Amino acid sequence: MSSSLFNGWEVVIGLEVHVQLATRSKIFSGASTATGDEPNRHASLIDLGMPGTLPVVNKEAIRNAVRFGLAINAEIGRRSVFERKNYFYPDLPKGYQTTQLAEPIVGAGEVVIRLEDGTEKSVRIHHAHLEEDAGKSLHEGFHGHTGIDLNRAGTPLIEIVSEPDMGNAEEAVAFARQLHAIVTSLGICDGDMSQGNMRFDVNISVRRPGEPLGTRTETKNLNSFRFMEKAIKLEVERQIDVLEDGGKIVQETRLYNGDTNTARSMRTKEDANDYRYFPCPDLLPVLVSEEDIDALRAEMPELPDARKARFMDAYQLSDYDAALLAASIATARYFETAADHGGDAKLAANWVMGDLAAKLNAEDLDIAHCPVPAEHLGQLIQRIKDGTISSKIAKQVFEACWAGDGSPDQIIESQGLKQMSDSGELEKIIDRIIADSPAQVEDYRGADEAKRKKKIGFFVGQVMKATQGKANPQQVNQLLQEKLTP
Amino acid sequence: MHDKTLTELKAGLQAKDFSARELTEHFLDRIEARDGELNSFITVTREQALRQADAADQAIAAGDHRLLTGLPIAHKDIFCTEGVRTSCGSRMLDNFVAPYTATVVENMAREGAIMLGKTNMDEFAMGSSNETSFYGPVRNPWDTERVPGGSSGGAAACLAARLAPGATGTDTGGSIRQPAALNGVTGLKPTYGRVSRWGMIAFASSLDQAGPLGLSAADCALMLQAMAGHDAKDSTCLNEPVDDYLGGLDQSLDGLRIGVPEEFFPDNLDGAIADNAREALRELEKQGAKLIKVSLPSIKLSVPAYYVIAPAEASSNLSRFDGVRFGYRCDDPKDLEDLYKRSRSEGFGAEVKRRILVGTYALSAGYYDAYYKRAQKVRRLIRDDFARAFKDVDVLMGPTSPETAFKLGAKADDPVNMYMADVFTIAVNLAGLPALSMPSGFIDGLPAGTQVIGNYFQEGRVLNVAHRYQLATDWHLRIPGAFQ
Repeated sequence: MSSSLFNGWEVVIGLEVHVQLATRSKIFSGASTATGDEPNRHASLIDLGMPGTLPVVNKEAIRNAVRFGLAINAEIGRRSVFERKNYFYPDLPKGYQTTQLAEPIVGAGEVVIRLEDGTEKSVRIHHAHLEEDAGKSLHEGFHGHTGIDLNRAGTPLIEIVSEPDMGNAEEAVAFARQLHAIVTSLGICDGDMSQGNMRFDVNISVRRPGEPLGTRTETKNLNSFRFMEKAIKLEVERQIDVLEDGGKIVQETRLYNGDTNTARSMRTKEDANDYRYFPCPDLLPVLVSEEDIDALRAEMPELPDARKARFMDAYQLSDYDAALLAASIATARYFETAADHGGDAKLAANWVMGDLAAKLNAEDLDIAHCPVPAEHLGQLIQRIKDGTISSKIAKQVFEACWAGDGSPDQIIESQGLKQMSDSGELEKIIDRIIADSPAQVEDYRGADEAKRKKKIGFFVGQVMKATQGKANPQQVNQLLQEKLTP
Repeated sequence: MHDKTLTELKAGLQAKDFSARELTEHFLDRIEARDGELNSFITVTREQALRQADAADQAIAAGDHRLLTGLPIAHKDIFCTEGVRTSCGSRMLDNFVAPYTATVVENMAREGAIMLGKTNMDEFAMGSSNETSFYGPVRNPWDTERVPGGSSGGAAACLAARLAPGATGTDTGGSIRQPAALNGVTGLKPTYGRVSRWGMIAFASSLDQAGPLGLSAADCALMLQAMAGHDAKDSTCLNEPVDDYLGGLDQSLDGLRIGVPEEFFPDNLDGAIADNAREALRELEKQGAKLIKVSLPSIKLSVPAYYVIAPAEASSNLSRFDGVRFGYRCDDPKDLEDLYKRSRSEGFGAEVKRRILVGTYALSAGYYDAYYKRAQKVRRLIRDDFARAFKDVDVLMGPTSPETAFKLGAKADDPVNMYMADVFTIAVNLAGLPALSMPSGFIDGLPAGTQVIGNYFQEGRVLNVAHRYQLATDWHLRIPGAFQ
């Protein structure tokens, strides 16, 4: 099961992933799933658990779950059953969560992940089920009381449960990224981890090879892939330390803190509720017909693997570039728009994976929230290609775009960054520099061919300085060579 | 006016013999004068009723006659009514003013019905004697030392005492039919899914069904016509066309095949109860019906199966009453745990707590298969028994209740004995079938009822049988002496 050993220990990782479905209304009520509004604005009678209210299932949530099932080649539950998971909590209005257990909508499936060394690995999906989200407890600003916000209560989720097929943090993150790519490509989730719209809980255990599975822990609150990787490494180290010191692993849920890279126990198995699951008598079994499945299959959007193949084919991108750009729907869309507007896919790919990615990373931004529209990056690429600006100036324009100074064309215009293409003006500048640098001219002329190539750099630098970088470097080179050659 | 059936009152309103306001005031005054003896209402909505009556009179003047225009109805306090306290007979909801209206109430109001008030009931519909109400027991108008049955005891008692000409109830294990029998009125539990459950506070969701209680089968047909129908807000409410119940009432019973399950006449059944039901069967035989002996062997398991399934569902349904968002909250909770524990301990009565505990136990890890799952298997067997019987018969009949109204307090300390009061009615809920109880005579001055069970969506047939019986008898028109 594992691909590598840590100090003689084999690591076994499985994931439980909550995916918030991007439906307009909630899973069992007509209330909006909008976020960011005042508390309880979107808490309908049903969401409040008012006496006498009844749930009616949102068909779009069902369709989204089936779409996911089709994307991972899973068996689709032709008949799935909602059950009640009973426990008391203030942000759980009915005293039970409506979820699926024995008969989920998505059965066993498979997700293929690609590792950094280029190898592929299959991670089995045990099942995925539909359920409703709970509300939120607000602990600040209520003077010793707790506030309850039920806007999120009833938001549809699918919970995806993997088999324990991953053997290290890299594999787990690759799996998480691939799931992210799938659900965002399907358009069933916006994938925003920082808002909890996609939540990864990691089950980790370690064992000596060949031994039965060790006791596992569950780590929660991993709101970025980076934190996920760190949290797994932290927990693996902790478990190995405990076991090597002769201790035992306690089955527990641990809460990770990304700011401090620490985790603490949230609850142990002893605190576990008896959830008293039973089929929800207010809802009929969900039936999905062959025709429903065929219809959904026919309208399936492009999935990451297909997109990668298309990128390689249509844009002549390398396997590596294509995989990277195709992985997330937002990145893929951005890249395609930039490439189409810019007319150069390779250049667009380099920008998206290079300067843009670095900038997003530095500011911890998702590409969906990128301040530079893809059309603007396309325009920038166009201006590089048509010689209006140099690559160096392009970086300056990009910075200005990022800062919100306008479109590349506006910035080039207003900041006068247009490459100097008037050779007459350029010649004057070059003549002046040659006249002002007799020693360097002497030196250049006395040198052989090979050395001259180096020595011309001084003059190029002087010209670029004098033109504030606006001169076309190739043109400068050519003119200098002509004028310096006696 | 109060000695008339709903059907007669409807004709009177149309003929302008009296106005809706006069009619409504008459019943409101009767409630005010006489309900002290019965306690059949928790809330009387006089002002709202009179407003509705005036609107009905305007409608009548404009020639707008709907199914129930101007007819006063008493709603069981289990149905949410916007702006009016909806207590479900519990301290837990004593302060609960519903923010919305149940589909049943809305459907009837749309057809012009006037709401007189909200009737008393066993707490959360859990009981067969109306003694578990937070608002005190309801008394039987035939003998005020006796119970009216339950859980729709207020509905049946106010009808029998002619404090209202029509009422709604709900039936989870017999809660319409048993009180109808014990008060000498007619009550119908429709097919599960015939009437919307939206706004009806849940006891056991897979068994609960709303239905009418009236003075006659014709009155029940009139009310059901307004109540029934598909409701997109209830996933279990079926999208089946609603039959013309009134139009089918008079059909001849010639050739009707009545199944008589031997299990409804067990050896230990009170002889007077058995004779009473047999007498009713003989009357129908006279009208051309054929009696056919049938057997429903699994229904002997219906009471134990019911007392697993119903409490299991109830334990979950009643979790929402936690003191957080609505209803009773204990004073000065120390912490969350204390808030839950005391709000629920103080807000719920003993019988509700008993059933929550039973249901929680039945669903617990390690017990689920032995109790809940097995009870569901029994439920399937019962359904199969009925399906087999309905291959050969049109309706099934027997006594509604194994006894007439018992004394207040007689079974208060013996829950299992109390649960046996529903032995003939419970199987019908487990199978989801429609069934009606009609008055079929008196035993020692107390009403007895006979049950007519139909196949799925055969409410029309059941009402037809009862109506034909009521054309030949007058048990249903008898009024308790003190309430003439």
